[in-house]
Amino acid sequence: MIYLDNSATTKPYPEVVETVRQVMENYYGNPSSLHQKGVEAEQVLKQARQIAAHALRVKPGEIIFTSGGTESNNTAIKGVATQYRNRGKHLVTTQIEHPAVYDVCKQLEAFGYEVTYLPVNAEGRISLEELKQAIRPDTILVSVMHVNNELGTIQPIAEIGAYLQRFPKIVFHVDAVQSFGKIPLHVREWGIDLLSVSAHKFHGPRGVGILYKREGLQIQPLLTGGGQEAGVRSGTENLPAIAGMAKAIRIMEERREQTAALYRELTARLRRGIASIPGCVVNTPEELTAPHILNFSVPGVKAEVLLHALEEQGFLVSTRSACSSKRNEPSRVLMATGMGRERALSAIRLSVGAENKPEEMDRFVDVLRDAVQRLRPYQNV
Amino acid sequence: MKYDMIMIRYGELALKGRNRDIFEKILLQRVKEALPPDTSATVYRSYGRMYVDLNGEQAEEVIRRLQRVFGIISVSPIKRVESSKEAIKQGALELIRSIVPAPATFRVVTRRADKRYPQSSMDVSRMVGTHILRNVPGIKVDLHQPDAVVQIEIRSEGTFLTSETVPGCGGLPVGASGKVLLLLSGGIDSPVAGWMMMKRGVALEAVHFHSYPFTSERSLQKVRDLARKLAEWGGAIRLHVVPFTEIQTAIRERCPEDYLITIMRRFMMRISERIARENGALALATGESLGQVASQTLESMQTINNVVQIPILRPLISMDKVEIMDVARKIDTYELSILPYEDCCTIFTPKNPVTRPKPEQASRFEQRLDVEGLVASAVTGTVVEEIAAQPREVGAELF
Repeated sequence: MIYLDNSATTKPYPEVVETVRQVMENYYGNPSSLHQKGVEAEQVLKQARQIAAHALRVKPGEIIFTSGGTESNNTAIKGVATQYRNRGKHLVTTQIEHPAVYDVCKQLEAFGYEVTYLPVNAEGRISLEELKQAIRPDTILVSVMHVNNELGTIQPIAEIGAYLQRFPKIVFHVDAVQSFGKIPLHVREWGIDLLSVSAHKFHGPRGVGILYKREGLQIQPLLTGGGQEAGVRSGTENLPAIAGMAKAIRIMEERREQTAALYRELTARLRRGIASIPGCVVNTPEELTAPHILNFSVPGVKAEVLLHALEEQGFLVSTRSACSSKRNEPSRVLMATGMGRERALSAIRLSVGAENKPEEMDRFVDVLRDAVQRLRPYQNV
Repeated sequence: MKYDMIMIRYGELALKGRNRDIFEKILLQRVKEALPPDTSATVYRSYGRMYVDLNGEQAEEVIRRLQRVFGIISVSPIKRVESSKEAIKQGALELIRSIVPAPATFRVVTRRADKRYPQSSMDVSRMVGTHILRNVPGIKVDLHQPDAVVQIEIRSEGTFLTSETVPGCGGLPVGASGKVLLLLSGGIDSPVAGWMMMKRGVALEAVHFHSYPFTSERSLQKVRDLARKLAEWGGAIRLHVVPFTEIQTAIRERCPEDYLITIMRRFMMRISERIARENGALALATGESLGQVASQTLESMQTINNVVQIPILRPLISMDKVEIMDVARKIDTYELSILPYEDCCTIFTPKNPVTRPKPEQASRFEQRLDVEGLVASAVTGTVVEEIAAQPREVGAELF
């Protein structure tokens, strides 16, 4: 089986699995305990924090370990919303956010907050102009994803951050779950206050992630209790997973250049091949996109049918964000780009990972060509 | 931009006569130590400058490390090209294109160290400037306040191109000024004091007073971590961990409460003096700042100094807390320092310590103690740890 669903989750590196195992076996102390086992566990935690901070080029004290991207996003958005509700109740986000941001905003609307959902252009990108116009005196948060999980489009985070410098009271949150480790990310230079990262997207364990919180920024915690993670995220630290994540970060840093080149090569081959198949349309724009995602459609063919046809030939792909793939509606993200319903309903997302090889992409294109031909008689969504 | 070398500039101050050679040798050694482990980069001296030949290593990482070497005024990443018109033009163009954000204006400065080179410096500048103007859309020349300066140095071994000067941390290379023993607590001040001493070229050893079980393993770990932060600036540091529990308990039992701190500090000085002498340190250094706490008055310092012969240096003496905290943040010790673990200075803190202690009175109280025996046993029980910038920590094998 060739796995092309790395945006949903990745296979952990064997070294990561080994680290998790070792921590469970040898460092089972509670990092908050005062005895030797506790101190040792705390040391492991501290090193993991340093590795994470180093990778993001921030301070260790700005790293909060969470249970993953969803929790990081929830903590960031709700944390700001509750902390600064006296300042204002207006939030700005986009129409193409992951449900872990989008649905949180919807939830906040039910609590009396107002949210502006910025539209995107045909490439899936918001415009800075529209963002500028959306800002109001009572805006407290701007939350924009860095790389879109379905299309791979990169949002102009640096420009947004630079503009928001004029509004020191507006908190800037970036969902970097799909971008961390894939494309350059300059947390400080871009004026980001809060940033979400998830380990299982870069060959780390699942159930663990990072919330970067700029030093000095106050937010209300989602989870209260023992006061771990500087009080922002109580609960005994999931040390095996945290250490596994740090290991994955280390490996990612070491292989950064070669994986970046590999991903570009893989998606370039896919793009070229798919574009050459009659009836296929590539949805991911060519420029300003992440190197690991390629979205395409075979208008007329229902995505799920195509997915199973490809699976039969040994390729695992997805129809969209795994978190919403079971609904039989066209993707909200793709529809937001103004794409026709038929094309959106037939969209397939390919996302490559460290295990993939260039030849596999060529084979995929061959398999896809056959599948499209076979399915053509049944085309009708 | 793929750079080939890094040029290191160091100050000329304090460099007279034969000192200069010693200074350069020490700096060379410090630069070598600062390179990443297992690096293929090499260092050499040439005409009042130092060069790191990158041999394929990343310039960014090496520069980051060199910024922590005292004695360096600034560094520049260099691209080396052949001394031919074409190569110089091409190299300079690549260089200016690689600058982020793209400069709107530039100038070219040429130095011809190799006078055999046929073109004059002005001609080279003009030639390169023209080439850039033709190939970079929209860019203009500004001789007075350019966004970017392309510096060209024509030498016999090739032509060096650079456009960037990154400031170093100045000071004198560690080891140029002898050795000092730093009294390192877990607080904000003492690491800063150590850093300031290192900045003046001093090699550090550190002494820490550990009062287990009144203070925890965590507080000792914090001190190791602080020493490690300092080691990132000056190389490995030997940390002398002195068992202090017996002395603290003895003082507490036999001496009046308001003199606890004064007497405790006198013991610290006595022990530190001995450790300094045994290890070739010529002075002690502390993080004291005048008037900051009750024990940091002139009277108190005098009473404390009274029991030792060795000089006690107090580099923070005239600094405000805010200034000290600024340095601590800059050298990245602040976060560690504020971790809330008990240390030898916070346990047994009296409610009203004496602000004007008298040496005679302190001596009188100390007569109730076996000063010599306590000091000797503390010195004997001292454990030395080597703290390297790159630790082998518990759990390090996991990553």
